[in-house]
Amino acid sequence: MDKFDLLIVGVGGQGVILASDIIGKAAVQEGLPVRSAETHGMAQRGGAVENHVRIGCKYGSLIPAGGADCLMSMEPLEALRFAKYLNTKGLAVINTEKIVPVTVNLGKVPYPELDTIRDTMKGLCAEVKMEDYTALAKKAGAVQALNVVMIGAVSKYLPISQETLKEVIAKSVPPKTVAVNLKAFDLGREA
Amino acid sequence: MSKEYMLGNDAIARGLLESGVDVATGYPGTPSSEILTTLAPSARDRFHIEWSVNEKVALEVAAGASWAGARSVCTMKHVGLNVAADPFMTLSHTGVVGGLILISADDPACHSSQNEQDSRIYSKFAKIPCFDPQSPQEAKDMVAYAYAFSEKHGIPVMLRPTTRISHAKSDIEVHDITERQKNIEFKKDAERFVVLPKHTRVLLKKLNAKQDSMRKELAESPWNKLDLKKGAKLGIIASGVASTYVEEALETLGTPVSYLKIGAYPIDPELIKKLAGSVERILVIEELMPFVEEQARMYADNVLGKMTGDVPHEGEFDTLLVSNIIRRVAGKPLLQNHDVKLDFELPARPPAMCAACPHRATFYVLKSVFKEDSIFASDIGCYTLGTQLSAVDTCICMGASITVASGLSFAGVKNKIACTIGDSTFLHTGIPGLINAVYNKADITVVILDNRTTGMTGHQPNPATGETILGEPAAEISLESIVKACGVQSMQVIDPFDLETSKAAFKKAYNTEGVKVIIARQPCVITAKRMGIRRQQYEVLEDLCEGCKRCVKFGCPAMEVRNGKAFINDTCAGCAMCTKICQFGAIKAKGV
Repeated sequence: MDKFDLLIVGVGGQGVILASDIIGKAAVQEGLPVRSAETHGMAQRGGAVENHVRIGCKYGSLIPAGGADCLMSMEPLEALRFAKYLNTKGLAVINTEKIVPVTVNLGKVPYPELDTIRDTMKGLCAEVKMEDYTALAKKAGAVQALNVVMIGAVSKYLPISQETLKEVIAKSVPPKTVAVNLKAFDLGREA
Repeated sequence: MSKEYMLGNDAIARGLLESGVDVATGYPGTPSSEILTTLAPSARDRFHIEWSVNEKVALEVAAGASWAGARSVCTMKHVGLNVAADPFMTLSHTGVVGGLILISADDPACHSSQNEQDSRIYSKFAKIPCFDPQSPQEAKDMVAYAYAFSEKHGIPVMLRPTTRISHAKSDIEVHDITERQKNIEFKKDAERFVVLPKHTRVLLKKLNAKQDSMRKELAESPWNKLDLKKGAKLGIIASGVASTYVEEALETLGTPVSYLKIGAYPIDPELIKKLAGSVERILVIEELMPFVEEQARMYADNVLGKMTGDVPHEGEFDTLLVSNIIRRVAGKPLLQNHDVKLDFELPARPPAMCAACPHRATFYVLKSVFKEDSIFASDIGCYTLGTQLSAVDTCICMGASITVASGLSFAGVKNKIACTIGDSTFLHTGIPGLINAVYNKADITVVILDNRTTGMTGHQPNPATGETILGEPAAEISLESIVKACGVQSMQVIDPFDLETSKAAFKKAYNTEGVKVIIARQPCVITAKRMGIRRQQYEVLEDLCEGCKRCVKFGCPAMEVRNGKAFINDTCAGCAMCTKICQFGAIKAKGV
């Protein structure tokens, strides 16, 4: 059985839960067992959020530190925050569009340079892909499609066919946005 | 049978439907809230479902329904069970007629809670069985078993999921929903349903007499499993979600270990004795309290766990943590910890109130009128995040803002005292506190943050919103009438986005003695958006911005600093408070 531990992180409100939902449903559709863990409640309100998705797993939903095959980060800073979950042989797919935390705006701590984030991440895992996926979402037609762009970007590595993923995307997003989201998936996959 | 990708709470709701639930009650609380929300659409025209005013009310409603023969369920988070503890402790004595499942969702690591609390202790305290699922699938499967068990033994039962069950998703087996034969009738039986001392003394004997048969039956149930391995010197006992971590860890340990998985209480001592008889040492791995461990110690020697310092007392576990606990005990090399060391500080990203949250506006006015040395008592809800604005000095549990403020007042502190409490929290347990404050002559300002919803837990309606869980219209309970009926002489209603009027109201309260109530009314920005309200966004005119950061200190996530000047990002939801805070007229409606 194909096992794949994927950690999806970002900021509350970015659509992290929908992203993990699409991948989870696609796994079930392909007959793979799947476990995932979500962030709800207080932590969600604009805070750092983490969703664990364990494909081919029959145990608990939390990925052990050092166990993730892939870290999909919808915001650059959050990749660093959750980097401990990545396997040294793993892959990090990181969006470069920043969401500046209030602690930075108030001048308490500077936001690290993107190059610093890239270099740090490169020292922690086998491969780092950093792209402006937000720009691709805009190109597809809606900034809200960022989560689907990034599913496209990680889809090449998942033990799930892209046809199944696209089928589930079409069923999971609002009907009016299906075309935009399918385009978003393709742009992410090609990037 | 088919498989669906489901949230643990949705799986539990599905289990309730498949078991033919008749009455469902509860009060929202993370991580339990989605159970009723998911159940609601199926309830329409078929069975009764409600958001109750609080957990005590919820459990009593469920008890009444059960006594009439209905299968009932009552959902809450762990701290909600404290509120329901009064009926809970005696309900075990009277027992039930229709099956009654109390679902109390625990939150190890306090993801969204004021404490870590182990509901299993409550089940033992009340002498009722408790089901402790290891996975969302097991949580669902336990529901049908729990109803049958509850009816067979005439006892309420507890289902205790934790955050990583309730808010985990997995592939879930679903079955058809069939109509259940039911007989709804309340048969009078004062010796059972009227707990006079002479009745309850007998009921206690009956409750105690049930324990042995329940224990024996649960030992044979699918939830408790003993797996003795040949040549094993170490035995592990694990419960709840921790058992999945143990099972994953054992896969790569490379040494035979005997294993007792506990998913239902009370535990039959025979299970522990059998394990103890075949191994040299027993390691107990469970989150929260050493509940299983204490019982293991009664029947076995050489028990390791929290009480010997081998297992952490706090927080939630995962496979790495559990692997290394086992490896340390088994004398195996530890797995590498993956803590990342950075040579710079990682900026924190704490949760914050949303852009255009009305609470932020209310806190801003409160802070601008009440001086720095005022004391701000607060309560449980989104507005607890007001601590980031230095507008929350105390918070302990639901309803405790008005009462703690009263205590400060009665103690004779010289400072002005103001407290904040949400609409749902006020109705939950705030009202008795307000009556008490008026009756006993406190000198406090009470701000009811009426955002027309129960925000933090996911926007459930409450009695003041005039809508039921099914979205049907209901009598809209008037906060103003309640406040007046509590004997409050000074009450004002404000729109927090109307800065000048709000300031005047707070100044009046500041200068008035006694109990003053200000109802700050403005819908939650998330519900407003869902209702289709789209407000004008705002932008900073760079030439006029002096970079003073007054607007940034307001704490709105839409407000950033770019090149030393304020910048409003796309999350702006148009409350326009920043235009009133800016002294240079540098913030204007976008595109106007």
